[in-house]
Amino acid sequence: MMEIYNTDCIKIADISVLPYKQFYMQVDNLLFYKHNHCVNYFAVPQGDGFLSICCIANDSNHKIYIVAHNEVDNLEALTAKHYAMHVFEREMHENYGITFDDHPWLKPVRYPANRYNRDECIENYPFYSIDSDDLHEVGVGPIHAGIIEPGHFRFICNGEKVLHLEIMLGYQHRGIESLMLAKKHQLQRAVLAESISGDTAIGHSLTYTSIMESLSGKSLPDRIQLERIIALELERIAIHIGDTSALCLDIAYQLGQVACEALRTIVINTTQAWCGNRFGKGFIRLAGTHYPLTADMAELILKNINDVERRYREVTDLMFNLPSVLSRFEGIGEVTVKQAELVGLTGMAARMAGVNRDIRASHPFLYYRNLKFEPVVLDTGDVMARALLRRDEVFQSIQIVRDLLEKHRVLQNESIPKPDYQLSLQANSLCISLIEGWRGEICHVALTDETGEVYHYKIKDPSLHNWMGLALAVRNQEISDFPICNKSFNLSYCGHDL
Amino acid sequence: MILREAKVLKSHGIQYIPDISTVELTPLFRGRPEISSEITTEEGRYVSGLCPTGAISATPFSIDLGKCVFCKECEFAISNKIRFTNDYKIAANKREALIIEAGSVNPMVLDANEMRKVIRDYFGHALKLRQVSAAGDNACEMELNASGNVNFDLGRYGIEFFASPRHCDGVVITGPVSENMAEPLQICYDAIPEPKLVILVGTDAISGGIFIGSKALNRSFLSKYPVDLYVPGNPVHPLTFINGILSLIGKNNK
Repeated sequence: MMEIYNTDCIKIADISVLPYKQFYMQVDNLLFYKHNHCVNYFAVPQGDGFLSICCIANDSNHKIYIVAHNEVDNLEALTAKHYAMHVFEREMHENYGITFDDHPWLKPVRYPANRYNRDECIENYPFYSIDSDDLHEVGVGPIHAGIIEPGHFRFICNGEKVLHLEIMLGYQHRGIESLMLAKKHQLQRAVLAESISGDTAIGHSLTYTSIMESLSGKSLPDRIQLERIIALELERIAIHIGDTSALCLDIAYQLGQVACEALRTIVINTTQAWCGNRFGKGFIRLAGTHYPLTADMAELILKNINDVERRYREVTDLMFNLPSVLSRFEGIGEVTVKQAELVGLTGMAARMAGVNRDIRASHPFLYYRNLKFEPVVLDTGDVMARALLRRDEVFQSIQIVRDLLEKHRVLQNESIPKPDYQLSLQANSLCISLIEGWRGEICHVALTDETGEVYHYKIKDPSLHNWMGLALAVRNQEISDFPICNKSFNLSYCGHDL
Repeated sequence: MILREAKVLKSHGIQYIPDISTVELTPLFRGRPEISSEITTEEGRYVSGLCPTGAISATPFSIDLGKCVFCKECEFAISNKIRFTNDYKIAANKREALIIEAGSVNPMVLDANEMRKVIRDYFGHALKLRQVSAAGDNACEMELNASGNVNFDLGRYGIEFFASPRHCDGVVITGPVSENMAEPLQICYDAIPEPKLVILVGTDAISGGIFIGSKALNRSFLSKYPVDLYVPGNPVHPLTFINGILSLIGKNNK
């Protein structure tokens, strides 16, 4: 078993490929410990068969364990014992026809264009159903009432109560993983990376650039590493405040909604002033930047986040003391710590339910390597916890940005390189990169061939795990509480569907 | 509690932008490009090779905003010849009008001769739109939501996004249109009563953008119906969208 750290490069040949039985035992042993969780498990076509690589992160010692096997038929499913593995095994089955014996349900993940079984299509999705005269089903989507991404929700209800929610995705599939290989120019890949999920343009771009820079052996000056973290935290602040607004909208609390909306505008306009785009598209580039943070811009950021901090405190002091808000947030859509661990929730969705899981602390990246970071963890697991977590993380991120701007003063005369799209990558290597985006843990893995060309690129958005958290949250809730539960998770459809 | 509310209201102040047609965006905003007529063939070839989406044609030189992802790499490469201005009024009602040629410095305006007469007859006073995200990446979707927020306040012009397609006058499409969304998009379009508009928002919707060539797309819907408005951007800025729609239905911007 190999032990590496975040964004390390290793030779693919050095990964020991175990017989499946041994692989199973090793993964089973690792996942027995709560501080270990699987960040990616995927199959890579190799010759006539597949190399299946499992990456397990240890949250307490910064390590990532790499375990692999190359068997494809009648494998004993890890899901049967470790439920969080369900989506990885389903994906391997859907993409390549790898079979698992006792997997509870190898249901489709996203109907990708290059799926193994072309006879299966999104029109005839195999919904779970319960044969009972007392129950009824409610179908919603793929096109929803508001301006949001498409996905289908099928509720099985007992009266007004939700017994079971099935979330069917795949509508957003654009074939990004295949395009990452088909488009050879690194600038094209950078544009693809920022389109994986447009609301996390900076998070996904940083994960991609970290991989490519590591594979090319490039180390970046402190200044750019620090500036990238400022951009990442601005993205988190903007979305969390926008979500606070959206939560207020769903409970018809207009003052909170409009006040937070205006604050989000300030933050994204700050990003636009810095790089020309409100979402940070075109901002993060390989091995350098077109937009070094100038003293003037640093001052603007500081002024704006101070203003936002004061005003966001005023709004949240008000809203979290209003009985009409509390009664709609508290005790709604609960996820227990046991459930969160069971289905492997990550990021915000884990931290609101008492699971201390944050890549910024457990597997620090970029300038976080030089910082001490303590995640915010709440334990009630309800809509209230998800709202409060956003509030607390906004204040925490504002403080981080302020500290970094202070550190930046001494660095701002350091020269900063322009982007370089012609990096030559190490041959026959694997690199894994983890970044804590605003939703949670983003994981990309790249494998290169003997010429240094990328031949496999795996992308994982935190939503891949967290959709199951939403399905659990609405169980035994009123169906009318679904919108607020959904909003409180705010998961990505396109990040899941790729 | 009332004191706290007063504080929030005071800090919030007045947010709406009185005239959305005269807003000056931050200098770095990437809007309508201006290309020097002195750009050479070699320069043209070089930046067309650099362009991630094939939006640049070298001879004669032009940038197609329907394909451009506004990454500005061409400007960084030859900044004395190409400049992305902060002019956000870049919507067009003809596909060809999105192609910006060297030497052109004129603002982009809609071509009234190409417009269907029914648009202004029917929709000049009120317009209800159904948005369909067909594999959009949620950036354009968020900007369309922002169009109705306290700053931009699209509703003041009688333009609104609605849930039921049966109550709507047109469809606003974002995203490159995935195979898996092709049928739902068609069903939604069919449910909208005639006469109806088709509006494409964002580079992904207009041309497929960076997703051109993906096997996971099915853009056949777009070749079936006339498109009334193209709104380029990555993502589209709310000001681009609102000004584009207002020009289309012939409404005063004030």
